[in-house]
Amino acid sequence: MSSRLPRASELGLIGCHVCGLVCRDNDLDEAACPRCGSPLHRRKHASYIRTWALLIAAFLLYIPANLLPIMRTVSVGDVDDNTILSGVIELWVKGSPDLAVIVFTASIVVPMLKFFAMTTLLVSAHRRSGWAQRQRAKLYRLVELIGYWSMLDVFVVALLTALVQFGLLSLVEPLPGVVFFGLTVVLTMLASMSFDPRLIWDSRDTHD
Amino acid sequence: MTAPLMICEHCDTVYQRRELVCGEVARCVRCDAVLERYHRFSVSSMLALVLTALVVFVQANVWPIVTLGLNGQLVSTRLWGTIVMMWNDHSQVVAVLAAATLFFFPLGKMLLLGWVLWFARKGQRAPGFRWAMLALHHIKPWTMSEVFVLGALVAIVKAHVYFDVIPNAGIFAYAVMMLLITVFAGIDLRKLWDMTAERAA
Ligand SMILES: [Zn+2]
Ligand SMILES: [Zn+2]
Repeated sequence: MSSRLPRASELGLIGCHVCGLVCRDNDLDEAACPRCGSPLHRRKHASYIRTWALLIAAFLLYIPANLLPIMRTVSVGDVDDNTILSGVIELWVKGSPDLAVIVFTASIVVPMLKFFAMTTLLVSAHRRSGWAQRQRAKLYRLVELIGYWSMLDVFVVALLTALVQFGLLSLVEPLPGVVFFGLTVVLTMLASMSFDPRLIWDSRDTHD
Repeated sequence: MTAPLMICEHCDTVYQRRELVCGEVARCVRCDAVLERYHRFSVSSMLALVLTALVVFVQANVWPIVTLGLNGQLVSTRLWGTIVMMWNDHSQVVAVLAAATLFFFPLGKMLLLGWVLWFARKGQRAPGFRWAMLALHHIKPWTMSEVFVLGALVAIVKAHVYFDVIPNAGIFAYAVMMLLITVFAGIDLRKLWDMTAERAA
């Protein structure tokens, strides 16, 4: 049914990513949009390789991000180091289970979902599969929509460090885990940006 | 180009463009992605929104953010005081992160948008329009104002475990500013390319 809709690549057109202008595809390697000057390409450049590389790098950093403590709190001589998970548990125990659920979702569920979803998208698009294309397209948009919420914990640590300052004595200190976690989130965001959702529709069975 | 065309970014399907009526959302038949939305805001009301956010931004930086109490000692903090303190202390990375996300980033976004919209009111392209629009396009995915507001909430609850935390006007100004930024972050900036005419070179 929807296979009869014309696609830009069949009509010899390219859409500009930045300003949305529809341009004629004149088969140049380095074509630029006449309106905004951004480079035009039929599909994002080296999408599979880039996305895989960024995703694997993100996954490797995600391990120390979870194992290392992200924050140290010093209060009345009491030193307390927290990892992402122990921070969630602390929030739960000390009286805000609803916030604990939100932090748990943002820091643990969302990154895991992203790894899983991006792998599924990459493998199925690479095999040019015609399976569940609409659902896969929706899955990609979901990843794009919720991905950056993982930054929550990084902001919490930064804000606590910023807010809780007594003269020169800092009572909350960021620890290396938060840097690894921040990098994980940035890399997963870059990974989903380098994936080209149009590849989902470049399957063997949609063109006829 | 004769008929105005539109290409779905998510699946490359080509459509004929048509005017949307109030509240209408155009969706892609193939992949169900949103193609276009009807705009509730006119350029002047968008500009008013940006200017309001700028005023709130100044207040957020002038008023103290939070007052902390520990062992009977009360300390009020302002944003720049804490950033400078962190830089002098040992956490330069966090100082840079805080300065970027809480100060330079929102300020840059508001100034660029304000600049572009000011000229767009008269259907003109501002000097440096192309550059400003490219910059706005590229910083868009990194706009995390709504995450920041939630982060502030979690941070205050967490700090409350150890200290007496009294939120001050500054933090509320921040929350309002971030929400305003979230509202105009949802606006489809591509419209501005179509709405403004190219100036004769
Ligand atoms: Zn363009
Ligand atoms: Zn589509």
